[in-house]
Amino acid sequence: MTTELFIQYLMAGITYGSIYAIVAIGFNIIYNTTGIINFAQGEFVMFGGMISITLLQFMPLPLAILSAVAITMLIGALIEICFIRWLKSPSVLRLIIITIGISILSREVAVHIWGESIRSLPYFVGNEITSISIFGARISPQVLWVVAASGLMVICLGIFFQITSVGREMRASASNRKAATLCGINTQNMVTLSFVLSAGIGALAGCVMSPITYSQYDMGTGLAIKGFTVAILGGLGSSGGAVAAGLLLGIIEAFSVSVVPLAFQDAISIAILLIILFVRPQGLFGSKEAAGLKEF
Amino acid sequence: MKKLLSILPLLVVVIGVHLLTSATDTMYYLTQMTMSAYYSLLIIGLCVLMGYAGQISLGHAGFFAIGGYLSAALTTHSLIPHQNTTLVGLLDSAGLLLSGQNLYGEALLVVTPWAACIIAVLTAAIIAVIIGIPVLKLKGHYLAMATLGFGIIIYRVALAMEYFGEADGISEVPPFVLMSGLSVSGNFSDRVQNYYIAWVLLLIGMVLLLNLIDSRVGRALRGIHGSDEAADAMGVNTARFKLQTFVLSAVFAAVAGVLLTHYNGGIGPSEAGVMKSVRYVAIVAVGGMAHLWGALLMGIVLNFLSLRGVFGSYDDAVFGLILIVIMLFAPNGILSLNIRHRLKHFLGRRKQDKEGEA
Repeated sequence: MTTELFIQYLMAGITYGSIYAIVAIGFNIIYNTTGIINFAQGEFVMFGGMISITLLQFMPLPLAILSAVAITMLIGALIEICFIRWLKSPSVLRLIIITIGISILSREVAVHIWGESIRSLPYFVGNEITSISIFGARISPQVLWVVAASGLMVICLGIFFQITSVGREMRASASNRKAATLCGINTQNMVTLSFVLSAGIGALAGCVMSPITYSQYDMGTGLAIKGFTVAILGGLGSSGGAVAAGLLLGIIEAFSVSVVPLAFQDAISIAILLIILFVRPQGLFGSKEAAGLKEF
Repeated sequence: MKKLLSILPLLVVVIGVHLLTSATDTMYYLTQMTMSAYYSLLIIGLCVLMGYAGQISLGHAGFFAIGGYLSAALTTHSLIPHQNTTLVGLLDSAGLLLSGQNLYGEALLVVTPWAACIIAVLTAAIIAVIIGIPVLKLKGHYLAMATLGFGIIIYRVALAMEYFGEADGISEVPPFVLMSGLSVSGNFSDRVQNYYIAWVLLLIGMVLLLNLIDSRVGRALRGIHGSDEAADAMGVNTARFKLQTFVLSAVFAAVAGVLLTHYNGGIGPSEAGVMKSVRYVAIVAVGGMAHLWGALLMGIVLNFLSLRGVFGSYDDAVFGLILIVIMLFAPNGILSLNIRHRLKHFLGRRKQDKEGEA
């Protein structure tokens, strides 16, 4: 393999990897505050892409993306308020089935609004054939947009959770809901906020990836299962782990193309998911003691 | 014996439906009733796994597809190019091969449907054991995602392998001759016969499962559902019981897959899709999880309506909506609502209120 080809594969891996990392962080935010795995996480990404493509007809690109993210956040809030908020101590099985139902409904709404056709946003800078050269490899500038946007999201979220008071309140309700309530934190609003946040970052990821990977009504399931793989691989609930695991999975997938047929690419990441669930359910970077306290 | 008696009314209904359709000249309904019966066979198997053992599976369409695809491939793809290999020789000498002609008059050498059916179901069972041992150690979300992943892998394999027809699936699957004069096929003349084959099989499955849940095994399973640890402490071998139930439900799914494939004369990758697995889970949930009769009833009704195209292009949306609504408002299934009782209660209270005012 030549150096150029190697870098080409590496960059493709990093691009997809950062998307997976963002989806995984979306899982983590909701999981941390509620203990729910939101099976509809992939649909947020789809909504982000699809809504921005539609809005682009009426407004310039940056405004369309911003509005799409805002609308998706609203959808996230509505989902939490309509379906999750008023359930009193529901069983895990019930929550799984509800979020699966939400994911199916979102997909069906999408297919009735936008049809089955594949759409995409235009490239943010230049067009399909614009490329910049890194060590002799030709890379589309959009790749840099994806990586930069993902990195920025991770950093902003980190700052939000560490420094702002709302972020601290969210972490408090995540670690002990009852204690947080006693301290005067409205934990129910924190749960809604976690849905809003995770819908927002999902939608933004959906916008920046749209020019490269295209948007389609049924893209959610595949993304959700890969995001979940990454979340598990990095240790459920850990953002840093998600980023590392996301990049790892993206790069493995990118290089696997040279070994196995493209059709089996999805099967590889799912096989990784199954193996990691069987062997190390606490994730590559999770500690065994902490895992002993959780239920797998 | 009591179980057999409880099945009797259903048998009467089955015969009644046949007579009714033949009297009103709507025999075409029998086709969808046959298909619904096969889907329901899978659903009652899944019901025992989900409702009684408490283990969710989002990959049961995978087992259905393993059964259907293997049976279809073995009975359709000619073995003539491999005629000289030892395996084919062995099969031939065991009398498991059938020679014939395809539509274009070319010679064909295929596995007999009975042998193919047994191979397909055994394969599904073996895969269920291999997958089940590690997967069933997981709980909740992890179990759901792992089984979902398994389902997607099967879907991808069916879609990617030329042997399984890629996106086209396998068509022109020959009829499954159970015995002379009795065959599972989509032939117009065999419609009534197939209706009874499917329903008798479903009833046999139902009796088996009703007996199972009322036995020592069934009580152990309910114990596991209530609390894994408590059942374990009482000396129940939880891992073994869970695995047995998982394999049993996989076998039910595979049998359904084999027979429906022969009935339809083909199978496509959509049968292995995630949406199918979710649909089965939805139906079990609507029926009330730990409620075999509910699962059977909902399996027949919802599959029949869906196959008749009542929901139109909103087919998947309807099932998604059903899932949400049932889980939000009636997590114990639609039969648990007991509408008459509630209505009475409600009316009674209003009466009391009025009397109170007076």
